[in-house]
Amino acid sequence: MKNLPLLFCGIFFALAFSFVGLILTSHIQIGGLAQTTETVTPSEADPSVMVMAEGEPLFPRKESGIVKQGKDVYISMGCVYCHSQQARRSEFGADFDRGWGPRQTVARDYITQERVLLGTMRTGPDLVHLGGRYAGDAGRDWNHLHLYNPQIVSEGSTMPPFAFLYDVRKIENEPSPNALVFPPNSEYGPEEGYEVVPTRRAVALVEYLLSLKIDYSLPEAPILEQ
Amino acid sequence: MSQSTTNTAGETPYSTNSTAERAELSTIDASIRTAALFFVISAIGWLMIGTVLALLAAFKAHEPNFASTYEFLTFGRVRSAHLNAMALGWGNNIIFAVGLWIMARLCRSPINHKGLLLIAGIFWNVGLTVGIFGILRGDITSVEWLEIPHYATPLLALSYALIGVWGVMAFRFRKGDHVYVSQWYILAAIFWFPWLYIVAQIMIIWFPARGVVQSVTNWWFAHNVLGLWLTPMALATAYYLIPKVLGRPIYSYYLSVLGFWSLAIFYNWAGVHHLIGGPIPVWLISAGIVASVMMVVPVVVVGINHHMSVVGLHREVWRSPTLRFVVFGAISYTMVSLIGSAMALRTVNQVTHFTHFTVGHAHHGVYAFFTMIMFGGVYYMMPRLLKREWPSAGLIKLHFWACAIGITIMVVALQVGGWIQGMEMNNAEIPFLQTVQNTIPWLKARSVSGIFLTVGHVAFAVNFFWMLFAAGAVRAKQGPTLLAEVKEGGVA
Repeated sequence: MKNLPLLFCGIFFALAFSFVGLILTSHIQIGGLAQTTETVTPSEADPSVMVMAEGEPLFPRKESGIVKQGKDVYISMGCVYCHSQQARRSEFGADFDRGWGPRQTVARDYITQERVLLGTMRTGPDLVHLGGRYAGDAGRDWNHLHLYNPQIVSEGSTMPPFAFLYDVRKIENEPSPNALVFPPNSEYGPEEGYEVVPTRRAVALVEYLLSLKIDYSLPEAPILEQ
Repeated sequence: MSQSTTNTAGETPYSTNSTAERAELSTIDASIRTAALFFVISAIGWLMIGTVLALLAAFKAHEPNFASTYEFLTFGRVRSAHLNAMALGWGNNIIFAVGLWIMARLCRSPINHKGLLLIAGIFWNVGLTVGIFGILRGDITSVEWLEIPHYATPLLALSYALIGVWGVMAFRFRKGDHVYVSQWYILAAIFWFPWLYIVAQIMIIWFPARGVVQSVTNWWFAHNVLGLWLTPMALATAYYLIPKVLGRPIYSYYLSVLGFWSLAIFYNWAGVHHLIGGPIPVWLISAGIVASVMMVVPVVVVGINHHMSVVGLHREVWRSPTLRFVVFGAISYTMVSLIGSAMALRTVNQVTHFTHFTVGHAHHGVYAFFTMIMFGGVYYMMPRLLKREWPSAGLIKLHFWACAIGITIMVVALQVGGWIQGMEMNNAEIPFLQTVQNTIPWLKARSVSGIFLTVGHVAFAVNFFWMLFAAGAVRAKQGPTLLAEVKEGGVA
């Protein structure tokens, strides 16, 4: 190969080809996806066009302030290196059978996220539907204990403790309302007269985790009744 | 053996005993000596830092309570600091040293304004140091292969551009008609890497694309760092060193051409296979799978070409420190790439995806292939830059065996353990926690492999600095350091 313009063109077009094919084309195809209602109905004016039902909420939800703060903690701890956030279709892997999502996640599920954390590792379980599996106050308590030290609620786990997101402090007068409630006789609980309270970062992180849930249908990915 | 005749036959323009040409090469070596030395020393420094971070991460993977009170040492940060120290610290520095040196030699073009190259190199390492500290203090981006925080990346991009320009300049002012296969690979990689890096930075960090377009860009980038940056540089090095040391030309020019263009066309579509089953359009995934399988073509072609170039000269390969490492790397390239193509098939991927199998595969490629070839490159380059020989053949052997055994244990442990993990994870009747605990013995084996690799790296570093700050005994040494007795006149 002595023909240098040809060599250089080849080098250029080889990468340009995949850049256009993979990046630009996917940007054109799915880069414009918008929020939608759970179902769409034929338009009255033109039945061949599907429109969103009026007055119904839009999905996926936007991330609220504290959820965004919690996501920043999730990012800064590198959680994504052990936890994915994607549910694959039933019959492909056991995501569905393990309850990691009531349906497969699709491109539109991620459009309101400033940073998408699909992940490629499941050293721990998938988290895309964590807030559906651990909901409400019970879910909040479970997640705090689990972050403080996974062994408390999940003995034998290889997840590291994130105790540095919690303060151990002396109980003044009355216990704090947000202090962690340990199981009776837990070896991981604080000493007598002390309590474990979440820092702002821990509070935000757990709110973020609880916000991860696929509890809505999309026109292209409805939740099917079991 | 016909080795002594092939050695002087000069069938390639690059393997010669002509005094004039040797003098020219010596001038070129002198022109790049300072910069190349700086890059090799930096590379070895990062290799050591990366090794310590790797040991920490490996150990924490099965002992979660180890050092868990230190936020900056949490697993997610340590493993990312390890990855970036190895890929951008060890990988890029050693590429800058060996790649630029080979390019200058093949172009028969001395490096001018070498002070600028050195300054760019210092900037690169300063930017990287800031970046690694940023990761550990929590400014990690959590985008795979792009973890370095945004305040360090512009410096990295800028200093890279200043370094890459030297390769292009050497090529621009080359002498002679012939352009050798190594030059294609190096020129292409120098051009591909900044394109990939800048596009990925813009579309993921600076002006994030919407939704999973980020993920597609992420894996287009991350897989191409391996495929269009580390791989071509390692192949260029192998293509340069095999004929150099053995004194006979590469088996087939046409296979080299085919191997180069098929890699250029197929590799950069393959990255999407990291998202199989994921929330992106299925046609994208199918395109990635097709490209991954088509990678069999360049891999088999390059494998045949390298194998046929060394066939019959196995004693020479075994005796030469350079070729022992390079051939180990070349064989690993064939193996890891064929496994990689298989992993892209949906049925296989369904098991291996999300498991330690992929981690094993990544180390198979970046270590057993890329790093081993670069070790070979350093063993060849340093005596020519410093005009002295490696002080200890024993340390080279220790380096080789510790690394060869270590990486074999790691790849086997993670791939066997990862396969079992994947099979169990796909069976919802086995509790998830059970599948996690079943990986622990394999993760412990990985930690053991890390100790082997550490021993190898220390042996390498000791030998290197011994040579660099050579005592008189090293300077006076005559003839190349070989790993076995030579019965006839030979080469290293």
